Formats: sequence, C-alpha cells, structure tokens
Amino acid sequence: MASVKMPQLGESITEGTIAKWLKQPGDQVKKYEGLVEVITDKVNAEVPAPLAGILKEIKVKEGTTVTVGTEIAVIEESVPATAASRTTPSPKEGGEVAIAAPAAAPQSVPSEPEGEGSTESRTRLSPAVRALIEEHRISDAELSGITGSGIAGRISKKDIEDFVAKRTQPATANGEQRKTSAPAAATAAPTPGTTIPLSPMRRAIATNMLKSKQTIPHAWTVAEVDMTSVVRFRQKAKDGFKLREGIDLTFVPIIVKAVVEGLKAVPVLNASWSEQGVVLHKDINIGVAVSVDDGLIVPVVHQADRMSISGLAKAIDDLAKRARAGKLGIPDVQGGTFTVNNPGTFGTILSYSIIAPPQAGILAMDAIVKRPVVIEGDAIAVRSMMNLCLSFDHRVLDGVSAARFLQGVRRWLEGFSEQVPLY
Amino acid sequence: MAVKTVIEAIREGMDEEMARDESVFLIGEDVGNRGGVFLASDGLYKKYGELRVIDSPLAESCIIGVAIGAAVNGMRPIAEIQFADFIAPAMNQIIEEAARFSYRTAGDFNLPMVIRAPWGGGVHGALYHSQSIEATFSHIPGLKVVAPGTPADAKGLLKAAIRDPDPVLYLEHKRTYRLVKGEVPDGDRVVPIGKADIKREGKDLSLIAYGLMLTYCLEAAEKLAAEGVSAEVLDLRTIKPIDQAAIIATATKTGKVLVVHEDNRFAGIAAEVMAIIMENAFDALDAPVMRLTGPDVPAMPFNHVLEDAFMPNVEKILAKAKELAAY
Repeated sequence: MASVKMPQLGESITEGTIAKWLKQPGDQVKKYEGLVEVITDKVNAEVPAPLAGILKEIKVKEGTTVTVGTEIAVIEESVPATAASRTTPSPKEGGEVAIAAPAAAPQSVPSEPEGEGSTESRTRLSPAVRALIEEHRISDAELSGITGSGIAGRISKKDIEDFVAKRTQPATANGEQRKTSAPAAATAAPTPGTTIPLSPMRRAIATNMLKSKQTIPHAWTVAEVDMTSVVRFRQKAKDGFKLREGIDLTFVPIIVKAVVEGLKAVPVLNASWSEQGVVLHKDINIGVAVSVDDGLIVPVVHQADRMSISGLAKAIDDLAKRARAGKLGIPDVQGGTFTVNNPGTFGTILSYSIIAPPQAGILAMDAIVKRPVVIEGDAIAVRSMMNLCLSFDHRVLDGVSAARFLQGVRRWLEGFSEQVPLY
Repeated sequence: MAVKTVIEAIREGMDEEMARDESVFLIGEDVGNRGGVFLASDGLYKKYGELRVIDSPLAESCIIGVAIGAAVNGMRPIAEIQFADFIAPAMNQIIEEAARFSYRTAGDFNLPMVIRAPWGGGVHGALYHSQSIEATFSHIPGLKVVAPGTPADAKGLLKAAIRDPDPVLYLEHKRTYRLVKGEVPDGDRVVPIGKADIKREGKDLSLIAYGLMLTYCLEAAEKLAAEGVSAEVLDLRTIKPIDQAAIIATATKTGKVLVVHEDNRFAGIAAEVMAIIMENAFDALDAPVMRLTGPDVPAMPFNHVLEDAFMPNVEKILAKAKELAAY
C-alpha cells in the first residue's frame, strides 16, 4: 500500500482542492495515468498516479480543500515481476509516495487517447452537447455544476436536457409557493433571483482576494505620468512592429519595462513579507492580469528584467493568448514578484487594485487621456496623461519607497525617446 | 390486409407482376416445376408455363447473360441466383455488362432486370449458403441494391425492382423467409427504391439496419424500452441508392447511432452509413457512431458455436446499444 499525498503544485501553493477523481476505488491505474484533478490558485492540474496499481481508497472527497502533504488516496501497488524493484518504495520513504508536481499544464500530461477513465471524457463535450449549451446559454459555472452520467463522468446530451428542464422548474415552484403563502410574506421578501454557481476560478479569486485584504495592510498612491513621448513613439513604431513581429505593440510591455526599471531602483517593492523578514526576490517576475470569460488570470512573465520591450511584448502576447485559450500551465501563473494591471483599456482613471499575495505591490495602468497641462515655461499644452496607481503592502515598505518607485517609473516613461531600444 | 411471411410476399409479388405485364419472366435453377429451393416460385410454372418460368442450367453466368439479353430486347427478366453465395460466376456479366450497359450506351439502352438472391446466415448453411454480398455489389456504380426486412416491404420493393428501368439486385434474407410475418397491404402497392423507413420511433439512440438485422434490432429496441432507453429503428430497405436524408435525420434527432449488419465489417455498409453521418450530422452527435457487424473472417462457419459467434443477434445488439446509451 502506498499513500498518495496532495502534491505541492507551486512554491507558494499551500493547499489544493480535489476537483474530480478520475479513478474510482477498485480501478486499475497505470503509472503516470491521470488520477485526480486538483484545483489550486486559478489553475486546474491533472495529477498523475505515482505508481501502477489498484486505487484502494479515496481519502478526500471532491470539492474538499486540504493542505499540501495530506494523504488523499491509497494505491495498492501491482508488482509485475519485471518492474518489482522499481515500484517498491525505498525504505526511507516508508511506503509513502509524494507525487511530483506535473511539470506542465494538464494538456501536456501524456494521457491515453481514449478509453474508460480518460480524463478528457468529462471535459470533452460532444457536438450535440455544445450546441445545447449554446442554445440554452449555459455558463461555464453552470456546466461545472452538472454531474455527467456518461462513461467516466462524461456530460451527455441527456444530462444537459435534464439540467435545462430542472433549471426552468424553480420558477414554477416559486410561483406555486407564492400563491399559497400569506400575501404579506410575499411582498416582504424580494423576488428570488438566480444564483450563479461558483466556478472553481471564481472560488479561487474570492479566496485569494479575501486573504489579501484580511492579511495585507494595503496602502495606495497615485502618480500622474505624461505619456506623450511614449504615445508618439508607439504611433510611429507600431505599424512596422506589427509587420516585423506579427503582434501589436501595446502600451503594456512599455509600462512593464518601466516597472522593471522602477523595481531595480527600489528592490524593496520586489519582495514578500514573512515573519522572518522581508524577502527580497532576485528575479523580477511580472504578473500581467488577463481577463478571461469567467474571471481573471494573472500569468507571469518570468525574469522580465532580462527582456527587451519587444521580448516583453511577445511574452505577454503569448501568455494572454494562452490564458484566453485555457492553456496556461502551472509555471505560467506562479512565481510572480509584482503585478501590472491594465484597467485603463476599459476607460478607468483611478484604480485601487488588490495585491496578489505574497507579492508586495500591484500597479494599475489607467486610461491615457488628452488633457491641458501646464508645462515648463508656464505654457499650457495638450498632453497624453495617465495615472499609475500603486497598491503596496505597508508592512514591507513605506510611502517614501512607494513614491520613489512611482517617480522612477514616471521618469523613465516621460524620458522615453526613440533612443530607447525596442530590442 | 393479411398477415403473410416474407416468402409468401415475394411469391405474390412475382405472381402479380407476371399477371400484370407479359414481359416479366423468371429464370433460375429449379425455379420451374420444383418451385425453387425455397418454394419462392411455387405454382408459377403451372400458372404461366415453361416459357415464362424457365429452369436454367447450373450456370449463373448463363442465367444473368440470358437476362441481360432479354432485358436489352424489351423483356423484364427476374433472374434467380439460388444462393447469393453462387453469384460469383456471374460477376463478370453483372459488373462488366449489366451495371454499365446504360452508361456504355449513353442511356440509349436500359436493362430492366432483377437479380433475386437469397442471402445471409444464421441458418446453419455454412460456407456456401450463408454469405452476405451487399457490400461487394453496392460498390458497383450502375447497380441498385435492395434488402427488405418485412413481408410488406419485400412485396412492395420487388414490384418496384421489376418496374425499374435499371438492374436491381434484390436480396432476400433466407432466415426471414418464414421467420418474419407481417401485414401485407392488399392491392398494387409499390415501395419506392431509395427510401428508408422508420420502423420504430425513439429519441435516445438510433439503430440502423436492414434485412434480418431489422427484426433483431426491433426486438432489441423493445428490450431497451423496458430499461428506459428509447431506441429509434431505421430500416434502410434500399442499400443503394442509400437514403441519406433519413440517415441524417435520425442521427440528428438522437445524436447516437448504432449501425448493424451481418456482412463483414471492413468497408461494409455500416462504414458508409457512418461516413454519411460524420459528413452531414457531426454537429448533432452526442457519441461516436458505433457499428456491430459480422467479423472479417472468410465465411460463415458451420459449427453452431462459431456461427453464433459470427452472427449479430439480439443480445449482442442490446449490449452494444447499452454501451452507446451509457456513453
């Protein structure tokens, strides 16, 4: 018997939620075959079986969150004569097998192309099911609440039809209730609306945001930046860039570059709070918030300090595309040391972002708007202005450092010229 | 309306057509005085005489050759191949001549002939009396292939085949001859070639079959209903030209399709039906299209156990349909 434990799916991950058991007790499992789907911070990961054998017992039910290292299942090893020495755990491990975190996203975990127990059975929807989802406007959240009755938990056409039938039932049930209950009660209570079930992503965002606001004393400060030089430069360079690189040159990689320069000048903002002390990070890994269908993902540009603006543009474009396609792996969303948020694309001018723990700060780029500004020589000019809003962990640094950081970012952006290399 | 067997319906169909049209005649081994080995033409020799019910030599190429010659000269021959297994010696006449005649003459000549062939297994007929030939002949452009499964369709399709201007291979499943009984409408009722028929309405999955397998599928559907699975049964009736619209309609309706035939699996009729569904009804599918067929072994064996292993039956259809329903 070997015990299977909740793996550590990232350095900052302390717990995981069992999303779905891909095997049931009594099932034969192959080594590296998908055993369980675990939801961690914004990422679903398929955890492979650490060894071949029969799944004897499931210790943690679906939907339950446990800390890393908790025993989640027991596998009885099969001992084929040839592989006996391999599958026998070493005495040091004492019969316990910690499963390695998968190196990449579930998509890249090798899996059987088909057959019973295939993890794709649930996620792969038949054309008929997809058509019904479209027709009845079933959200991802609702879909994740539907129990598949097909082989290996596959959601069938019938499951969707049953769901749609049930979804329309509560309305009639309420109607009947109202008729029989006292009129006073009916007017006192608001008409019951619909409850949107929580998707794993919604839940993860909620947990993370709550944890951040409850543990991190947020402080907030704003700098106003004259983006005219950057806007002009981008206007001139963007067509050629698109032609050469095949992607748009947006403001985001330029801001990220400025942030990197600012963090280099104020390393205490590229840090994490711990009871032992403020941990300064060597790498500058910038998380870039990307909105997706049912929430938000923050993929990370690792070692952003080693990249040119062009390199950042490509990395961000790639991450955003994969985020929207649901193809991010765990390494893509972990290891961030600072986050850049871009609500300005939606026209906001002041944003108070919540810090993603264990980072110490998050910078929001707000909308670039043309305004009359007093410039040198007391002249009034029309300039492209942008607010950079910084939320920071006041345990880690104080307003002075925060202001110095914003100052650095602002100076870098305002001093932008064609001499700044794109590559 | 009266309840009849398939063999009675075929005999009646030939009788009525011969009475209606003097150019219709029957030729085959033992079809005359003997009335055919299955008694399909019993009584016709006495009624129409030796010029219209002709006993041929034991030479299939001759039977088909004579029929082609007669047809091109304005007759409407019914050529009986005693067992479909024996059709091979006539392959050249059927494929090279009959199937291509209209094409070769740019439509100036047609061959209004019917080749009747008792086919299929499950009758302990062993290697020379059990084979399925529909896939082989359906592959040949210029031939029509029908395979009725009920007495009413057997009679109606035979009339259509006799009246059709082109060569029609009319397959009659031996096991259905006296096993399958059903109401046959009175009067001159023609079942059009190329039209499939829904023999049972359902909504959860579709069973598509023809010939003997239709009967088995209907039995399986009954048992499925007892388990809460509503199965639709589509009887192809005509294999070629196949009724694409009916296939697409049932696949679109249920989203789950099982095709059943006893002919060998590889490049069988099921493969064609599945391809039609994939090309036209993919967006409606809720499961992979499945098939249950005879295996790819050289012939139907004689040994009972092996014959059972070869033949699809109600239990096998039921098991496969449940697998499909559970998908």
